Amino acid sequence: MTQKKAVALISGGLDSMLAAKVVMEQGVHVEGLNFYTGFCVEGHTHAIRARHQARPKRNNALWVAQQLGIKLHIIDVSEQYKDIVLRPKHGYGQHLNPCLDCKIFMVNKALAWGFMDANGFDFVITGEVIGQRPKSQRKATMPIIAKESGADDLLLRPLCAKRLAPTKPEREGWVDREGLHGFEGRSRKPQMALAAEFGFADYAQPAGGCCFLTDAAYAAKLSDLWQARGERDYDLDDIMLLKVGRHIRPARHYKLIVGREAGENRFLEGYRKRFLHLRTVGVEGPLALIDGAPSRGDVRLAAQVLARYSQGRDAAQVGVSAHHTNGVTEALQVAPLPASEIPRAWHV
Amino acid sequence: MSEERSAGAPAASNASVHEVDARGLLCPLPVIRAQDAAGALAHGDLLDVFATDPGTLHDIPAWCEVHGHRVVGTWHEAGDIRIRIEVCET
Repeated sequence: MTQKKAVALISGGLDSMLAAKVVMEQGVHVEGLNFYTGFCVEGHTHAIRARHQARPKRNNALWVAQQLGIKLHIIDVSEQYKDIVLRPKHGYGQHLNPCLDCKIFMVNKALAWGFMDANGFDFVITGEVIGQRPKSQRKATMPIIAKESGADDLLLRPLCAKRLAPTKPEREGWVDREGLHGFEGRSRKPQMALAAEFGFADYAQPAGGCCFLTDAAYAAKLSDLWQARGERDYDLDDIMLLKVGRHIRPARHYKLIVGREAGENRFLEGYRKRFLHLRTVGVEGPLALIDGAPSRGDVRLAAQVLARYSQGRDAAQVGVSAHHTNGVTEALQVAPLPASEIPRAWHV
Repeated sequence: MSEERSAGAPAASNASVHEVDARGLLCPLPVIRAQDAAGALAHGDLLDVFATDPGTLHDIPAWCEVHGHRVVGTWHEAGDIRIRIEVCET
């Protein structure tokens, strides 16, 4: 029998790493696929925030590929993924995480990529475990993912396959079902034991925490964006900026994005030409972008808020320069707004 | 220009040198740009990836390792990172 080829969804977490390894152990040629949605936690925040400089900035999916010795193809699906975030057929999880639709989407994309003539893969692998996640990884959702993705019985879940009907790779003898697993439930112990068996001592935290849409604070900022704009839509810059800085909304028609430290200020600098932005003059202070359409009075209030987060917060007056997108720069002198006058409700 | 690391001399002088501008992009986008560009190149071609995200210092070599490409060198130039890759057949 010619060597069979499987394309594995690699998130960078332990489960997908194990699933790929289990199938590789059976002599199958495996290559990894990782999808960039724009909501990935790893990489971005580490790169932006100075306080994370000491942490390794590795991309976990690439790191997993290195450990497994397989190729990893990273595909930018951020534009197509909008439809999943904005209109999930199966709804959201606890926050704005469309996990079931996301899994269907990714398996479908893996199938399309892997089955292109140039690539010639035979089946798709995921690291799903029955009962591992409340929204997307339940026994009832497994056939939904297989059916709606179009993969049907070419979708193999090596970690829980023994609890599911045999797939084509098992029936045809491409893989030995006896060499697969029957994991079920939220416990991580079986995966950790299998990792130890394979000699994997270092691995990322379980999947789920890698997506900003599962994060309550991020989801609140995205909801706020939609509410303020009066429509549910976003572009890549919107979702990047939601990851960075303090978001302070004094009124529906505008908000400030204030850098919290040097790394975030550097990141925000990259956007300054596209936004009205404020800087303190003569005292150290963060950069603030203003998103929306503020009036002159709003700009003055925003400058007072910015001054509050500068080294001049205790001064009577702080100089602030307002840089408009038409190139005009306005010099302001403002009294820093006391913390007590920044309502909690302004903090998105 | 400060040279961070250099893994041997650049390939033959007649190799094509191509560039990817990934400045301002956060990982993994620089990797994706490099991957897409390398896919259209021939064995022995050189690809210079310009980036600003320090994550590229790890991610581009990791991507090269799993695909069998070679990192020729890494340089810091006026706030930018330049990573030269030699595309290899794998």
